[in-house]
Amino acid sequence: MTEPERLGGTSILTSLYLRKMVIFLPKAVYIHIPFCTQICHYCDFNKVFLKGQPVDDYLKALKTEMEKTFANLPPENVETVFIGGGTPTALNEKQLEYLMQTINCFIDVEKEIEFTIEANPGDLTVEKLKILKNYGVNRLSIGVQSFNNNLLKAIGRNHKVEDIYKTIESAKQQGFTNISIDLMYALPNQTIQDVEFALNEFFKLDIEHCSAYSLIVEPKTIFYNLMNRGKLPLPSEDEEATMYQMIMEQMESHGYHQYEISNYAKKGFKSKHNLVYWDNDHYYGFGAGAHSYINGKRRSNIGPINHYLKAIEKGRLPIREEISLTVKEQMEEEMFLGLRKTAGVSQKKFYQKFSIDVLEYYREEIEKLIQDGLLQINEDEIQLTNRGRMLGNIVFQQFIKD
Amino acid sequence: MNREEKLKRQERIRNFSIIAHIDHGKSTLADRILEKTNTVAEREMKDQLLDSMDLERERGITIKLNAVELTYKAKDGEEYIFHLIDTPGHVDFTYEVSRSLAACEGAVLVVDAAQGIEAQTLANVYLAIDNDLEILPVINKIDLPSAEPERVRQEIENVIGLDASEAVLASAKAGIGIEEILEQVVEKIPAPIGDPDAPLQALIFDSVYDPYRGVIALIRIVEGSVKVGDKIKMMSTGKEFEVTELGVNSPKPVKRDELTVGDVGYLTASIKHVGDTRVGDTITSAVNPAKEPLPGYRKMNPMVFCGMYPIDTAKYNDLRDALEKLQLNDAALQFEPETSQALGFGFRCGFLGLLHMEIIQERIEREFKIDLITTAPSVIYHVQLTDGASIQVDNPSNMPDPQKIERIEEPYVKASIMAPNDYVGAIMELCQNKRGIFIDMQYLDETRVTITYEIPLSEIVYDFFDQLKSSTKGYASFDYELIGYKPSKLVKMDILLNGERVDALSFIVHRDSAYDRGRVIVEKLKELIPRQQFEVPVQAAIGTKIIARSTIKAMRKNVLAKCYGGDISRKRKLLEKQKEGKKRMKQVGSVEIPQEAFMAVLKIDDK
Repeated sequence: MTEPERLGGTSILTSLYLRKMVIFLPKAVYIHIPFCTQICHYCDFNKVFLKGQPVDDYLKALKTEMEKTFANLPPENVETVFIGGGTPTALNEKQLEYLMQTINCFIDVEKEIEFTIEANPGDLTVEKLKILKNYGVNRLSIGVQSFNNNLLKAIGRNHKVEDIYKTIESAKQQGFTNISIDLMYALPNQTIQDVEFALNEFFKLDIEHCSAYSLIVEPKTIFYNLMNRGKLPLPSEDEEATMYQMIMEQMESHGYHQYEISNYAKKGFKSKHNLVYWDNDHYYGFGAGAHSYINGKRRSNIGPINHYLKAIEKGRLPIREEISLTVKEQMEEEMFLGLRKTAGVSQKKFYQKFSIDVLEYYREEIEKLIQDGLLQINEDEIQLTNRGRMLGNIVFQQFIKD
Repeated sequence: MNREEKLKRQERIRNFSIIAHIDHGKSTLADRILEKTNTVAEREMKDQLLDSMDLERERGITIKLNAVELTYKAKDGEEYIFHLIDTPGHVDFTYEVSRSLAACEGAVLVVDAAQGIEAQTLANVYLAIDNDLEILPVINKIDLPSAEPERVRQEIENVIGLDASEAVLASAKAGIGIEEILEQVVEKIPAPIGDPDAPLQALIFDSVYDPYRGVIALIRIVEGSVKVGDKIKMMSTGKEFEVTELGVNSPKPVKRDELTVGDVGYLTASIKHVGDTRVGDTITSAVNPAKEPLPGYRKMNPMVFCGMYPIDTAKYNDLRDALEKLQLNDAALQFEPETSQALGFGFRCGFLGLLHMEIIQERIEREFKIDLITTAPSVIYHVQLTDGASIQVDNPSNMPDPQKIERIEEPYVKASIMAPNDYVGAIMELCQNKRGIFIDMQYLDETRVTITYEIPLSEIVYDFFDQLKSSTKGYASFDYELIGYKPSKLVKMDILLNGERVDALSFIVHRDSAYDRGRVIVEKLKELIPRQQFEVPVQAAIGTKIIARSTIKAMRKNVLAKCYGGDISRKRKLLEKQKEGKKRMKQVGSVEIPQEAFMAVLKIDDK
């Protein structure tokens, strides 16, 4: 007797339960490559200088971690794989190929999955592009950040503007048809004209997707130290708001739909991987300092590479912290993540997940936010208004109950 | 003990304090003395052992007093009993210092070998002289490269008029000169006089509240003796109690059956309120009372007032409980309920000074976990009304309408400032700006002066000390005493946010500087109040007349751009932190105001 047949005989309750379980199967795989050839002034992700690092050991350890994790919970429902960093393209060809083979061991890339790798302009040689293509990578996320050489230098990037054009041209030649770039705004000394220039350059590239992030000065970064010494001439809040407003308008008028606070895509090219986070779905996370959300538990891995390797070597999973979310917390996250999307939070989906009416549970908060012009209800969806999108944090924090 | 034994013991008692300017090494010297007399084993030494509260250790100041009994085997072969009484090191607590000095026969005067005499040194020395103490000068920190012991010795002789020829050259830190100091204590400080059989007279110089034993009074027996079980009476109030426990701190409490003339120790008698054991009061026997109390008792009156409001209005009762608990330990703290239109229900609290205020505030937030909004400190104004009545106003928002006021008087202090003569110009300018009246200037030596001004207390409680420090690079020292009330041309300034008067932001200002202050304060408030969802006008007004205006712009962008690579916990923490920050603010009408804004009036840099 096959599995489905046996299930067919069980009660409705069991099948409901099983349907619910599918919701909790991880939809995404994130893999962290914590090596960089240059440390950017704003970056606070887990990363180290590539030189002298045990890269090969690290890649082996990654494989072991995936093996162990997938043995307990096979990646049957996975729809997207994302390799981030650090700088994944800092790996040499041999290492890159090894990583690709590893992924192909566990994930059937022939299926309709989104398979993204982050890349630095300039790092992507034709050879590397071929390897990526060969092993199923179908989306590139390129860390462009700016089209102004002075700004690129000021934020600690080591590529030049011309590298951007070259890289994208050669990626297209290799047959990549889903390319995204990251842009940054509200950078030190950046002007509104500069942002406008960057947008125009992006439109000329005629690619599929763009993430435009405002600079956030995080502790333990070079920028943070500069700021504390009063040596970081950031644009004012008003200028930053004007930049954001302009980006949103220009993107829309050029056919790039804003589907999240910082993300814009041509029709059919929303990033599935990003949406896994905002939809509050489950995901695997592998590598030093990576985060995952499995079985209702938010986990983070050990950050320092040596400690990560040691944990794997001792046959353990390299978990630093594991937080089991209460239902209350899960609902809070459903809201503050979901509202980041232009589509917003679906009342139906909320009910499916939690068996609670969202408008009832957050009645007071939602009424107040609607009154303040920050939130709107559009049939099934609860959404930010335009004003709400500018002041998202004010909205989000309302959904964290005391 | 019989009378003979008591008298013999009395001869070997030495009671003394250490007095010094802040940072001149008082606590370190106390620590060394405890070590040297084996009162505390070296391994148990925590730095600054006598400062027992966390807050005291952190701030390096003494708030509550402490008295320790030590035994010292002197070179003459006799074993002596020392009582070392700690004194608070701040001008707010001058009265307590004077009472603890009254419990001594001598004082070790510590002067920094590099810095020389400072304002507090002088203030404390005068208190010691008032109490007829034998003063033993010690020149401390002689191991510092910048030490000039001879110059300081001269200074002690010239400025204070003490014979400093036998001043001990010491370094408490390095353990130099400690034994010499102890020998001088034995030789020079007189043994306590007094008759063990006379009616009891015990001086209360501090009291602390203990939840199990009630109030613990620190006392010095001046006449007679007291035993466990004795009926005692407080001479200022007439209240009677039965002694339940006696003892000394060494420094751990050691119980005794009896305390006799010259002893410094503690007493408990099921006393519920520290208000019943007022500092400076005399304890006597209820059965055989002394004819007269000891001299010098006075009730302490607060000089500085502010409103304290819980940010979370539901915590009003918790705040009252906290204030009551603190008051158990601190008879100088006063409070009564008050209501503010802006802040709701709270308390108007009275303090000895600014430091006292800050300490209470910090303890409420730390120990009782109540987030507070504190209004800017105010003094008590005496207001003569046109109808002939006179009232006292301790809250600026209660100042009557100008047309009803005949005259306002405000408290003045005599401020003594000591500094190198390079800073005379800067100090005088500051004092003039603070409406000071020049009284006197004297040279201590060729390079150092002491400048005396009469200044309104309200100017002192604002940012005087901070400004003094910054305009003299920290070289000036400062002390003040209240001298009485003088008439001033004062007006009440109101602040309006979004067109609504916020009573908790009102303050009293001199008419001549009202316009300047108004302009500065609206700018300051614009800086201190974060952008709101809507534009908020800020106005300063005298009566109905608006004299200054600024605008807090509407918040335009506040949204996290990044996704932190799936680190949702981090996102949550950021949002929780923002929400927490919001909770620290007080919602007044539609405007959220942070605590700092209520202190804005203190932060005005006079231009």
